[in-house]
Amino acid sequence: MFPAKIWREFPQRYRLEAAKCKKCGKTFFPPRLVCNSCFHREFESIKLPWEGTLVTYTIIRTPPSSFSDQAPYAVGIIEVVPGLKITCQIVDVDLDKLASGQKLFLEFRLIQKDGKQGVLCYGYKAVPVADYNS
Amino acid sequence: MAGIVGYGSYIPRYRIKVEEIAKVWGTDAESYKKGLMLQEKSVPAPDQDVITMSVEAARRALLRAQINPQHIDAVYIGSESHPYAVKPSGTAVAEAIGAIPEVHCADFEFACKAGTEAMFVAYGLVCSGKIRYGLAIAADTSQGAPGDALEFSAAAGAAAYILGNDNVAAEIEETYSFCTDTPDFWRREYQHYPEHGSRFTGEPAYFHHTLSCAQGIMKKVGKKPQDFKYAIFHQPNGKFPMLAAQKLGFKREQWEDGRLSPTLGNTYSGASPMGLSAVLDKAEPGDLILLVSFGSGAGSDGFVIRTTDRIKEIQAKAPRTKQQLDLSKRYLDYGTYAKFRGKILKAE
Repeated sequence: MFPAKIWREFPQRYRLEAAKCKKCGKTFFPPRLVCNSCFHREFESIKLPWEGTLVTYTIIRTPPSSFSDQAPYAVGIIEVVPGLKITCQIVDVDLDKLASGQKLFLEFRLIQKDGKQGVLCYGYKAVPVADYNS
Repeated sequence: MAGIVGYGSYIPRYRIKVEEIAKVWGTDAESYKKGLMLQEKSVPAPDQDVITMSVEAARRALLRAQINPQHIDAVYIGSESHPYAVKPSGTAVAEAIGAIPEVHCADFEFACKAGTEAMFVAYGLVCSGKIRYGLAIAADTSQGAPGDALEFSAAAGAAAYILGNDNVAAEIEETYSFCTDTPDFWRREYQHYPEHGSRFTGEPAYFHHTLSCAQGIMKKVGKKPQDFKYAIFHQPNGKFPMLAAQKLGFKREQWEDGRLSPTLGNTYSGASPMGLSAVLDKAEPGDLILLVSFGSGAGSDGFVIRTTDRIKEIQAKAPRTKQQLDLSKRYLDYGTYAKFRGKILKAE
């Protein structure tokens, strides 16, 4: 995990910045260099909301090595604005209580560590709506 | 007058009860529950640290402040558990909330006083006119060695304060600091857990500095304990802030709303600033508040704060501290807690 790679992704990982095509209006997350609809190359940066609806999810029981301590854990597809979905881990939740259609919030969390000496990679994860939010 | 424009707090959902820790180490849970007035404590999830909790608390402060994060000219984080030994926490938080790039960042350390240090400096810069808004954050994922008395209290949480000169919800009327070189608690370079002087952390350290600071700032502003609606003190356990308040002449109704430690634990740098956030959550306009932190090593920062009419407008714009403390809790057994806190030695 090179620092330069995660550094380039800070706008989307830290601030949920998406790219909206200036020509056709299609929005991409993560941002793209070329619109796959009209092939335009100019985009406007927009910030996505820190909440959404769970579309579907899966439980990871055989994870990559850097996530081995977390298994089993949930990864979900969450619709944050109509037609725009993101994929991320769902944490602080009972796995047997997850259900498609439930509202989730996104929180800033540590995604992974590059070993014991490397950089820390932060980003977003979904959490259940707390009692104090409802 | 300069003061608090917005504030926010963050408490992890995980908790562990004193009984669960005591049964592993063969200690008497009742002695901690009655002697130190501790019931349970917050525990950070494995993917939470000072940076993540600071970002969440700062976002909530922004919700209440209703300002453009680009107008924040300083981001200061006080903690004794910064994730990196070398690399600032403040830059990650500034990046995440959108305060970059024209912003001054610094990480503060002074044991449990680091958070109010950040507030003290940001407030000073706002008063001087050098910055428009300053974000001061107090956060810790506190360390306590397995089996040590500290393990029963070392908790996690964060509080963030945006200081400014306009749209102030709570004016800071005065500040005061009281410091001496008193080695009551420390952590040497490369050590995982802090050491402490047991009972030496009490009278010569916590009480001497906390009481002296409280008395000093009250003398400076010409106020007596009965003039304050609320008083918040550093809370390494449930007992110390209660005794400090009583020694100073404060009544229970003045200090109990700002004492979170019986069910939160000791969030180190976050402790008294989180107590302040709980008080601001329920304060009425015109309430006079005394905040006195304590950091081992040792020193205390004092603040005299008076809420304005705007406090009622912003309280409901973000989750309240007491609600986070009391609702949506997830209890851990000791084994899972030990795994979460990295206390289990694994093969490489």
